[in-house]
Amino acid sequence: MAPPAAQRSGTNRRAQFGVFAGYLLASAGAALGALLLIVSLVRPEAFAGLRTMASDVTASVGEAGAAGRVGTSNFFDAIAGYYEAGSKNAQMKEEIAIARVKLAEARALEQENEQLKAVLGLAQDEREPVAIARLIGSTSVSARRFAYLSAGRADGVKVGMPVTSPMGLVGRVLEVGRTSSRVLLLTDSESIVPVRRATDNVVAFAEGRADGSLRLRLISLGINPLEIGDVFVTSGAGGMFRPGVAVAMVTELNDDGAIARLLSNPAATDVVLVEPVWQPEAVAMLERPPSGPTEEGIEEVAAELPDPPASPPLPPSPSPTGSAAPDE
Amino acid sequence: MEKLNPTARRDLFGSKINRDHSSALVYGVPWLSIILASLVPMWPVIAPAPVVPPLAFMFLLAWRLLRPGVLPLWAGFPLGLCDDLLSGQPLGSSILLFSLTLIALDLFELRFPWRGFWQDWIVAAVLIMLFLLLSGVFSAARLDLLHFWLLAPQALLSLVLFPIIVGVVAILDRLRLLRVRRID
Repeated sequence: MAPPAAQRSGTNRRAQFGVFAGYLLASAGAALGALLLIVSLVRPEAFAGLRTMASDVTASVGEAGAAGRVGTSNFFDAIAGYYEAGSKNAQMKEEIAIARVKLAEARALEQENEQLKAVLGLAQDEREPVAIARLIGSTSVSARRFAYLSAGRADGVKVGMPVTSPMGLVGRVLEVGRTSSRVLLLTDSESIVPVRRATDNVVAFAEGRADGSLRLRLISLGINPLEIGDVFVTSGAGGMFRPGVAVAMVTELNDDGAIARLLSNPAATDVVLVEPVWQPEAVAMLERPPSGPTEEGIEEVAAELPDPPASPPLPPSPSPTGSAAPDE
Repeated sequence: MEKLNPTARRDLFGSKINRDHSSALVYGVPWLSIILASLVPMWPVIAPAPVVPPLAFMFLLAWRLLRPGVLPLWAGFPLGLCDDLLSGQPLGSSILLFSLTLIALDLFELRFPWRGFWQDWIVAAVLIMLFLLLSGVFSAARLDLLHFWLLAPQALLSLVLFPIIVGVVAILDRLRLLRVRRID
């Protein structure tokens, strides 16, 4: 069946002009698109304001659905989760009753623990999370792995803050809107986190892979000391992530490291914590031009430090940054 | 007494007497459905890999193939912008690809003015695969061989889903042409 001949303009001048104008506008749109694409590939942060505005507007829609997604691991499980809601509910009520008892016990233990620590004189280095929020959704069509978070500037979230769940590290904040923000997940191919083996000091970089696993690249060359089942935690190098947060478990060995599975699967994560940057002064130093600390940089860092230092801070160590390129 | 034609007063789209199409529906439904389809990233699904079909692009294709006149040729810019704002792609990637798709389909139609289920599906399949491939290239992700392997399930799912999307668009098209406006 042939379509209606709407676009065959014949000898009608006006129709001919309309078709011509249509092509002209469409080509202009495509050219503008190409231009915008080049700009945003060269400067990825260029249109952050526009994007965060859009996510602010749509986040409230997504947030309603996010509440139902608990304990699922992939796309199909997430959909199945909604069907099984009823039977799960009954089961969960029972579990909650048990959990309440356990919680009371845990509180008692915690209290006892604190008392004992006080006796020993140990200082607690616990940091208050900046915000508690939900992961609303993720870029499930694109090759990039971003997630949207239901907290933004209004909740005190800032760019670069680590996002964690009780199971471990999830990612870090990349763009901040007023009530929502965009998180670079650990599995994005641009995400690099310095990690170490939980049991000793074998250090590595955890890079995202396209299929949702992590690639561990050992820093020191030599015989690969890793074994399947090793757990890696953040090392704290670079100053962005607090050390000791669980990241991944080794599932497969290769020449210069291993392939590891993420411990805190973001798909199964309901509520996440946004934590402050561990050592903002170190991150600020590392984000400076590589020529080394400038006079004003030292002054700025000195102003950020809680106590005025006796001597100017040490120049930044050549240790790797805690992230991909700072302008990412 | 002559018999009244059964479609003289009513047809699929409602009463013909004192009722007319609403221009808000006629022009709004295609745009709205494509914009809603580009809100997929706000679904409560945190995907470990690209798995969800590019729904906005597929709705665009389905509308364009089912109702050639309904989207203007320049619609690629605004619709692509909507898609780019949330999809995680660098801004401009969908604008470019949507615009090029609409131009390409227009030129293709001049050459092959026929229609049919299989032809539409093959055209859509080729365009969807090109879209996924080029989106991956434009995404600023570090690409390796693994990435292109991962495109296969997404592309297959998209191809299988396309006739269903066309069905959805056909239902929306009926909604679009309902005679709801009262002529005073």
